[in-house]
Amino acid sequence: MLDSLTGAIILGLLYAFMALGVYITFRILDFPDLTVDGSFTTGAGITAILISHGYSPLLATLAGFLGGMAAGACTGLLHTKGKINGLLSGILMMIALYSINMRIMGKPNISLLGVDTVVSSLTNPWAMIAVMAVVVFIIKLLLDGFFHTDLGLALRATGDNARMIRSLGANTDSTKMIGISLSNGLVALSGSLIAQQTGFADISMGIGMIVIGLASVIIGEAILGARTIFFATLAAVVGSILYRIVVAFALRAEWLKLETSDLKLITALIVIIALVVPTTRRAWKQRNMAKRRTSELTASLAGASSKRGGSL
Amino acid sequence: MLELSRVSRLFNPGTPDEKVALMNITLRLNPGDFVTVIGSNGAGKSTLMNIISGVMKPDAGDVLIDGKAIHHLPEHKRSRWIGRVFQDPMAGTAPHMTIEENLAMAYARGKSRGLGLGVNGAKRSLFREQLAKLGIGLENRLRAKVGLLSGGERQALSLLMATFTKPQILLLDEHTAALDPARAELITKLTRDIVQEMNLTTLMVTHNMEQAIRLGNRLIMMDKGRIILDIPQERKHDLTVERLLGEFEQISGHKLADDRVVLG
Repeated sequence: MLDSLTGAIILGLLYAFMALGVYITFRILDFPDLTVDGSFTTGAGITAILISHGYSPLLATLAGFLGGMAAGACTGLLHTKGKINGLLSGILMMIALYSINMRIMGKPNISLLGVDTVVSSLTNPWAMIAVMAVVVFIIKLLLDGFFHTDLGLALRATGDNARMIRSLGANTDSTKMIGISLSNGLVALSGSLIAQQTGFADISMGIGMIVIGLASVIIGEAILGARTIFFATLAAVVGSILYRIVVAFALRAEWLKLETSDLKLITALIVIIALVVPTTRRAWKQRNMAKRRTSELTASLAGASSKRGGSL
Repeated sequence: MLELSRVSRLFNPGTPDEKVALMNITLRLNPGDFVTVIGSNGAGKSTLMNIISGVMKPDAGDVLIDGKAIHHLPEHKRSRWIGRVFQDPMAGTAPHMTIEENLAMAYARGKSRGLGLGVNGAKRSLFREQLAKLGIGLENRLRAKVGLLSGGERQALSLLMATFTKPQILLLDEHTAALDPARAELITKLTRDIVQEMNLTTLMVTHNMEQAIRLGNRLIMMDKGRIILDIPQERKHDLTVERLLGEFEQISGHKLADDRVVLG
């Protein structure tokens, strides 16, 4: 029981980098970026091949991060310079990356069991949790800081009101490129760490990542809110951990008769519910407000006319 | 200061919907000029603004600022010289960012945007001081999200963002048209004060005839992509709405057709 909880928290922390990446494109740039499914594997693949060729794990992890950034830059180029629809540029890159990842890895599966990785010295799960929590938090704070710089403000405004920030002198093509690259760099970093933690990189390990990332962002926001950047990025991290805990317990609950392969359906359902419910609730609230205000206004009109009648 | 020489622009060229948006426009603004622009629907007023700001490129002709041709520069590169306020109060500000963050982005106009802190203590006190000049209490709400402001407040903020770095050219694109009369009056007053105080070279499109006459030192009338009348300061003093409409009919041969026109 405790084992699966610590395991879930560790996975949640490692996937938190991916959730932060998805937060950047999905929430800040307002650009649902499907590259994620490919770039996650790119990060894992680059790291795995480098480590198995004897390079230092730290260098291999950094290379994975940079590989993800390069993939993101390609998606950004397709979208900004090629003027291809955002969703389609992500899909194209995701498909292209499948072949590229296969070329990088040379075979569909690379084992990292028994070799040194950045996490292999952390054998105690609680030590692992402590170290990863600190690393995640530092990256989160760096991101928060970045989003308060002049460049970071321009990047946020690109998703909020692109026309305005162009009229104030920012090149929105560049800010989009920076955002999408950074996002995919974080996603690849997550893939790299997951490969090192689980002991293998697999060509299909990125499938469905975008939906898991969305689920994490949305779950976190539902609990913590997203009033400021600080809370929004914290929400992505917390959402990622909670998602893994929920998954771990759902799989352990035998009466649910869940298979691991059911997870993608459940994740998709979580995202669908999280997207539909707020919209419906807002529409419902607005209609009620309109009704209430109308009856208040009619009442005050009726009151005024009856008063006038009384004075006559 | 700002110069357009023989600028033309077509919409949908070579199709049955081909339309002349601007035809051979030549216009010269001197430093400190405050020019109001009126005209019927589809006269090319907005296209003129978009060509100057770089949102659209002219099919022919040159746009010059301080004698330098800028027609090849994209919008974001021209913004160092050009401040702009849009008609839609939603268009000029980022709703999910705070008032101080919006001002910080305007403050960075014409500078390269790096990893320096967007809002720091020094900038914050500058923003507070500038906001106080608007006289609507925004200086006490620096950390409020702009989406919480009313249309009038957002437009006042847009006006400040467009002007407080003292751009060479200020473009106002019917920036009071979407507001109720009281708020429109406030924004008009702020516009006059700011333009006067900073001596900004300004081009203002308006549907409000009375406003077009009252504000500025020069009035331009457009019709079908051309400038048909250019009234200098001396003649603008004794202009009335009736005489303006009369002149329009006489020159263009038709009535000023505009479903939104306000006679004042």
